[in-house]
Amino acid sequence: MSLNRRQFIGLGAVAAAGAVLAPALKLIDLVQARSPDEAVTALKRWGLLIDTVKCVDCDVCVTACHEENGVTGHGRPATDAQWIRKVGLRDKRTGHVQTLPLMCQHCEEPPCVDVCPTGASFKRADGIVLVDKHTCIGCRYCMMACPYKARSFIHEVVTDQKPDVPRGKGTVESCTLCVHRVDRGEIPACVEACTKDGGQAMLFGDLNDRGSAIYQRLRAEPSSQIRPDLALNTGVRYQGL
Amino acid sequence: MLGPAVKSDCDMTPFTVGLLTVLLMTAGPAVAEDKKPARVVLPTVKIEKGEQCVEPTDEMRRNHMNMILHQRDRTVHEGIRTVKHSLKNCIDCHANPKTNSVIGKDGFCASCHTYAAVSMDCFECHSPSPRKDAAGGKPATSRLDMQRDQLQRVTAPKPLAAGAPVKGAVP
Amino acid sequence: MTHIHYSEIDGRSPGFYALLGLLGALILAGLGAAWYMEHNGHWVTGMSNQIIWGTPHVFAVFLIVAASGALNVASIASVFGRDLYKPLARLSGLLALTLLAGGLVVLVLDLGRPDRLIVAMTYYNFKSIFAWNIFLYIGFFAVVTVYLWMMFERRMNDYSKPAGMFAFIWRLILTTGTGSIFGFLVARQAYDSALLAPMFIIMSFAFGLAIFVLVLMASYHWSGRPLGDVILMRLKNLLGVFVASVLYFVLVYHLTNLYITQHHDVERFILLDGGIYTTLFWFGQTLIGGVLPLVLLFHPRWSRSRPVIALAALCVIAGGLAQLYVLIIGGQAYPQLMFPDKDVTSSFFDGVVASYTPSLPEVALGVGGVALALALTAVALKVLPFLPRSLADGDVDSAIA
Repeated sequence: MSLNRRQFIGLGAVAAAGAVLAPALKLIDLVQARSPDEAVTALKRWGLLIDTVKCVDCDVCVTACHEENGVTGHGRPATDAQWIRKVGLRDKRTGHVQTLPLMCQHCEEPPCVDVCPTGASFKRADGIVLVDKHTCIGCRYCMMACPYKARSFIHEVVTDQKPDVPRGKGTVESCTLCVHRVDRGEIPACVEACTKDGGQAMLFGDLNDRGSAIYQRLRAEPSSQIRPDLALNTGVRYQGL
Repeated sequence: MLGPAVKSDCDMTPFTVGLLTVLLMTAGPAVAEDKKPARVVLPTVKIEKGEQCVEPTDEMRRNHMNMILHQRDRTVHEGIRTVKHSLKNCIDCHANPKTNSVIGKDGFCASCHTYAAVSMDCFECHSPSPRKDAAGGKPATSRLDMQRDQLQRVTAPKPLAAGAPVKGAVP
Repeated sequence: MTHIHYSEIDGRSPGFYALLGLLGALILAGLGAAWYMEHNGHWVTGMSNQIIWGTPHVFAVFLIVAASGALNVASIASVFGRDLYKPLARLSGLLALTLLAGGLVVLVLDLGRPDRLIVAMTYYNFKSIFAWNIFLYIGFFAVVTVYLWMMFERRMNDYSKPAGMFAFIWRLILTTGTGSIFGFLVARQAYDSALLAPMFIIMSFAFGLAIFVLVLMASYHWSGRPLGDVILMRLKNLLGVFVASVLYFVLVYHLTNLYITQHHDVERFILLDGGIYTTLFWFGQTLIGGVLPLVLLFHPRWSRSRPVIALAALCVIAGGLAQLYVLIIGGQAYPQLMFPDKDVTSSFFDGVVASYTPSLPEVALGVGGVALALALTAVALKVLPFLPRSLADGDVDSAIA
């Protein structure tokens, strides 16, 4: 097809405008809250940054998580589910003591997703690793595969579930990054509790958003993953380990 | 020589016996229907909230299972949480206000499913009770309310608890 | 080649019915245990969030591995052309099917949601070795059934060789897959090894043949059929070779781990201070499951005695169960090392050796699976002609194979 000069200049202007505006449009995409009828995309990747130096000897994160998600104990520590736990570390050589919360690390290459025979253990497009309880057959292979011991099997009948958090006997579960809250535009219960009542050690955000606090801190300050040798690219990062 | 009293080309005895059996079996209940109560308790379908359901009744009766199956995959895997076909929304409306549940005695889901003898797996995991007003939002009571709900969530993100940092701000 | 006459066993003696009764009772106990576990939830068992797979899995993996190895005898006949083993091929195929059935029943009944078996068979994640195994196990049933049909149906006898070759390759892939279930896991020190897949193959040879020899001896003795020394001596020598091979693989596995400083802790745990796991490793797996059978099977005088051969086979089986207990449960008991050089404590049993006691429902379920396999075998022997009427020395082809 042949263009005259006017058409060519017009097209050029449109193309230039598009090239200038496109990055800005992408930013707007990230800033707006996702409406409920849109699917999640890989544009966002949710993550956590935990500063173990600020982490004090409390467990408000654990209490808040289990309260939010209806995870009740039955006085049987071996079989009771735990979505998050405080881990105490003592260096064998130096004696240095520290504590940190440990939960599902929401890996980019999750071993639990690789091994699930039915595909019930899956990674959502925005990085949250979940268990689709409709398809979970309770084989517990994902629990064998998780390097962080993040998953729990529900060993007894469950009643009094929270409406936002279905859980039932015979399936496997783990930290969902409070996906029901995240989808509403809120932050996970553990982060909220730590900020309000704890050591302000936890930060939640979009790892892909260059304007977010978590991105900027990860870029500016040193941080590490647990078991970096496994090359899983976890969504949960720690400082001071 | 012993044999049937009437000799014919084909033996009609099995056919006659069968026909009589079928007639008696169907006639019995048909005649008795008006006199005896049904042996299985008919479902209690008591709609207490809202003017109408999200879909027409006969479509719901036939297809609610397909809607649930389809919607659950969209919600779990894609994060699509439209209110219209959300299970929580169904329960918010249909829960029996006395028992606060859709299962158990006079439960909306349970009574029909018991009558039809179709087992359902949902409430092994899902809560059968409606949401309280706090964090999850009020149950929508009509189609208009649902639309209003949806609009509110899109335009005005829920305020965080006091003291919590706004997502994205430097702490 | 002398023509082999196969026939069903009589199966009408009080002894036969007593056997079926005993096996039936064990099967019922297993089913009851499965119902109890499923109804109440797994908290009634000894399994927990630390010891995730327990006694049922030890039995199930043992049966599945043995099932694959039980087909060995038929493979030697069809694939490697040793005519001496041809009369044994039908029983070999039968045991492969029944042992696998027993193992899979235990595995399925232990699932958290056994009612979702259909989901397991229709939703596949093909990156999962477990999903591949489901596919391989179901396929194995079909492949071996077809193979048996080729052997039974005289017109199809010519096809038994290619069918046998196909079954042989299928089961090598299947056992590699079973070993890889553990070998592919990076999360635990005791797994995460390419050596596990071939080790499982060798284990399958040993366990499968041990069970085969026991079933052969029992079925011939109890049905009054002659079983000659020619066949039995070959089988016991073969079993000895397989047991030695298993010992070799275990040696290589541990030697390698001992060389790698990173794995010193888990090796110390298994070999020295793991309590029950150390006992089972040295006493159960190595002594009873390895050294003792070797002595019994290769001793010039003792190995000619039938009770001794049976004892050796039983020892191999006991040692095999011990080996799987150490691998599966011991491998989980040792804590996962997330923080090198640190002592770890938490409310979720991080950093400590997990404790485990087999519970009655678990043992009942596992034993029920074994009983199911044996009961299916017994019934099948009565229904179809699996066993040659005679395996006496003069009746079999004694050409040096």
